[in-house]
Amino acid sequence: MKKLFAFVLAVMMVMSMLAGCGASESAPAADAPVAEAGAIKLGMCGPLTGGAAVYGTAVQAGMEIAVEEINAKGGLQFALNCQDDEHDTEKAANAYNTLKDWGMQIMAGPVTTAPSNVVAGECANDQIFMLTPSASGASVIEYGDNIFQICFTDPNQGTASADYMATHDLGTTIGVIYDSSDVYSSGIFDKFMTQAEANGLNVACEASFTGDNKSDLTTQVTQCKEAGCDVVFLPFYATEAAQVLTYADKIGYKPVFFGCDGMDGILTVEGFDPALAEGLMLLTPFSADAEDEATKSFVAKFQEKTGIVPNQFAADAYDVIYALAQACENAGVTADMSATDINAKLIEQFTSMTFDGLTGAGMTWAATGEVSKTPMAVVIENGVYVGVE
Amino acid sequence: MSFLQYLINGISIGAVYAIIALGYTMVYGIAKMLNFAHGDVIMVGAYVSYCVTSYLGMPAIVSILVAVVACTVLGIVIEGLAYKPLRGTPSLAVLITAIGVSYFLQNAAQLIFGSAPKNFKSIVTMQPLTLFGGGLTITGEVIITIAICVAIMVGLTLFTSKTRMGKAMRAVSEDRAAAQLMGINVNQTISLTFAIGSALAAVAGVLLCSTVPTLMPTTGAMPGIRAFTAAVFGGIGSIPGAMLGGILLGIIETFSKAYISTQFSDAIVFSVLIIILLVKPAGLLGKQIQEKV
Amino acid sequence: MKKLLKNKTFLANSRIYLTVIVAFLVMFSLSNAGILSSSWKGYLVPICAYISLAVSLNLLVGICGELSLGHAGFMGIGAFSGIIFAALLKDVVVSDTLRLLLAMVGGGLLAGIVGFLIGIPVLRLRGDYLAIVTLAFGEIMKNIIGNLYAGVDENGFHMAITTSKMALGEGGKYIINGPMGATGVQKLATFPMGFLLVLFTLFVVLNLINSKEGRAIKAVRDNRIAAESVGINVTAFRMKAFVVSAFLAGMAGVLFGLNYSSITATKFNFNTSINILVFVVLGGMGNILGSVISATILYVLPEAMRSLEDYRMILYAVVLILVMLFTWSPKVKEIVSVISAKLSGIFKKKEVETNG
Repeated sequence: MKKLFAFVLAVMMVMSMLAGCGASESAPAADAPVAEAGAIKLGMCGPLTGGAAVYGTAVQAGMEIAVEEINAKGGLQFALNCQDDEHDTEKAANAYNTLKDWGMQIMAGPVTTAPSNVVAGECANDQIFMLTPSASGASVIEYGDNIFQICFTDPNQGTASADYMATHDLGTTIGVIYDSSDVYSSGIFDKFMTQAEANGLNVACEASFTGDNKSDLTTQVTQCKEAGCDVVFLPFYATEAAQVLTYADKIGYKPVFFGCDGMDGILTVEGFDPALAEGLMLLTPFSADAEDEATKSFVAKFQEKTGIVPNQFAADAYDVIYALAQACENAGVTADMSATDINAKLIEQFTSMTFDGLTGAGMTWAATGEVSKTPMAVVIENGVYVGVE
Repeated sequence: MSFLQYLINGISIGAVYAIIALGYTMVYGIAKMLNFAHGDVIMVGAYVSYCVTSYLGMPAIVSILVAVVACTVLGIVIEGLAYKPLRGTPSLAVLITAIGVSYFLQNAAQLIFGSAPKNFKSIVTMQPLTLFGGGLTITGEVIITIAICVAIMVGLTLFTSKTRMGKAMRAVSEDRAAAQLMGINVNQTISLTFAIGSALAAVAGVLLCSTVPTLMPTTGAMPGIRAFTAAVFGGIGSIPGAMLGGILLGIIETFSKAYISTQFSDAIVFSVLIIILLVKPAGLLGKQIQEKV
Repeated sequence: MKKLLKNKTFLANSRIYLTVIVAFLVMFSLSNAGILSSSWKGYLVPICAYISLAVSLNLLVGICGELSLGHAGFMGIGAFSGIIFAALLKDVVVSDTLRLLLAMVGGGLLAGIVGFLIGIPVLRLRGDYLAIVTLAFGEIMKNIIGNLYAGVDENGFHMAITTSKMALGEGGKYIINGPMGATGVQKLATFPMGFLLVLFTLFVVLNLINSKEGRAIKAVRDNRIAAESVGINVTAFRMKAFVVSAFLAGMAGVLFGLNYSSITATKFNFNTSINILVFVVLGGMGNILGSVISATILYVLPEAMRSLEDYRMILYAVVLILVMLFTWSPKVKEIVSVISAKLSGIFKKKEVETNG
């Protein structure tokens, strides 16, 4: 009992201490970046710590840049609050509730699909408008008619990839490696296989890995090599793709590697030799090397802020804020409206408006919440993206 | 031919597991604690090596030495601050503290190095060997990893059987109280074990990331658990057991991925472990200790 | 009655029940009065689930002395089977509460059966080997659940553990879709039901501890060989505790699973098992009220530290290490007692001065 008492006491002490310093520190943080009255409160949650933190932090930085720009213009004002969900469904619910207590009026998140499935359920229930930058799972938008995505859905990418391979003569024998424990990767894989069958593609090798054993992908690459695949489809993120490319190079295996939007950012993986990605094809909505003014300015600001080149997560996040700003301006949304009223107005806007952003021009949304964007196929040549037909 | 390729891949990753498992097994044998922070020391070692080569432009061999020194110091500091005060308390208390240390190292690494994964440049510059006209490729990493693994095992075996300190270690692991009565400084011996274990972790970190280039704050976690499994597999506390366990685990993992199912390979690996433990409850090379009443 | 009041066990147990009931009444009325923030309302059900998990694991770790590192596996079995049961019963049972109850019983039973099957081989092992095998089973369960497909169509219920598409007919609907887990789950869990689960868990575990069997179990923990020599059937008791623990973890899993609109198998990984273990060890091994309190505090702690942003998890780690050192280390305790003695000495002096 004594022990227990000591423990409770210790924890209480620490908690009160933390609560004390937390209260003083959180004031500027919670209302970041400008705590002006009359700002519409945007909530975001994503993995800011843990294994998926790279995506959450990219989205956070992208959104912060957009909010700063919009606030600097005067007129419409946003306040952004980013909460950590650790890429975990349970923590996502807690992050959502924290945002709700803060007075969130619009949900500009979450970043990854699994937490989004939880948050979308809550948003539909509470009638808070949700626009996710990067949760591409097809199930996310099924929760309600106020859930919208700015990225393409996973099935679309799978279908588009299979169609691209069928219409362009990349190779005869196809191998696929995917992450069976990941919602994003297995979602693309399922639809890719269906469409590949419909297109009569010869898929000779299906290899998968899980989140627990993805540290060693040599077996899967060897399997594709043994099956004689000359095209290898890699529907997963750049981190693992870097491993696949490095090992394939070591064993002298040189098929055409084909990736999805998660592959974007491979050239910016620190320490990765861009020569290994030579000839890699991927479908992506955003290229940091694009020459237009908007992209250039965004990339420059992002690099100044974080020191790294933005990936498509950051660009999607940037677009989310601008799409919301456009919709809020059109609908005359002001900070004193209730979340439910804003929700109704934004649904109306999003199903009718057209938006031009970094990740695509002329985006429109269906009533289901799905965005219409055409994935752009690019190939890496001499270390830069080159668009292909 | 593919069979040989898989076998070599398996031995390669298995050798890395083996080096990590050696650290686990030594610490367990002597301090009787499951040091769950061991996997994160590996990650620290890899980051140190990465920084030395990428930011300071030093050669690979220097980076390994710096990583070994850094991890040894880290190991001694962790042991002194977090584990030493808990000596003599139930092993579970130390286990939870080790988990706290593991969380601490992972989150500290994220704060310092950021969450974006880094691509670790292999320290091995050896060209891959190509046999059978391209049918079989043995990369330089495989050869170096296996060589280092064998060297470490031989070195440790000689150390524990020939030197004074090594003998003291064995004595402490067999009976701490009796060893103390014989004039062995138990605390010093345990600190030394942690130092050696952490130095091995640094080497393992560099080799792991040379084989599998992704480096991020959670890099050490899963290989750490695998290696722990490997240590138990071979008989925890036994040095050759850790080596055998690690390599077997690597081979089983690769074969189950290659020939049975990539999706269920985790389940298969752990099932094999369970079966082995049921047949030989103390692991492959572990000693079955009879309890005295 | 007098005899009862003098009974130490009865007093200790009623203190546990009383604490839990008072805590429930306070939180429930605060929640109903609308004073409680959304975050706090959101914590209530998971806290109930974690209390049940911690108490059931304490039965295993604290009372039996068996270190289990796979508790989250049973939780996962409960969660996913509970979601399936709840979905299947949707048209049969109208009342949400009754459906949750049935799902909890079903999920608990299934976890209990799996616990029994696993227990047969596992309980032949002891100590750290038992720990590693439970870890292995936890990972196996997670791996299998993560590849489970379940759904309904006009032909009824289908289930498979292969990637090759499960043939669902027209209008078929997935309940669990492999790695994507369960999505679109109807949230059935409520705080009062969570409270009932906690009460039930406490009732089962406390009764088991204080029964003749419980004393036998503790005897086995303290000295297995001595217990065996006086004729206690060690394996049978260990098995009973293991199955009960799995059953309760399964029930808590159902409550947890039905509290979110979506859940994936990766939630039930090694880290979750370890978290539950942390609750048990920090609360005091064998101390049931300790588990209840530490599960609550440690669940809220990282959430309460959200305002610290990046430093949140690192501080949690530091708190964890410090609490362990302060509660267990003989040396640190000594220092603390010396300091507190000195401090109280100073205060006493001052008092004397002011009085004088």
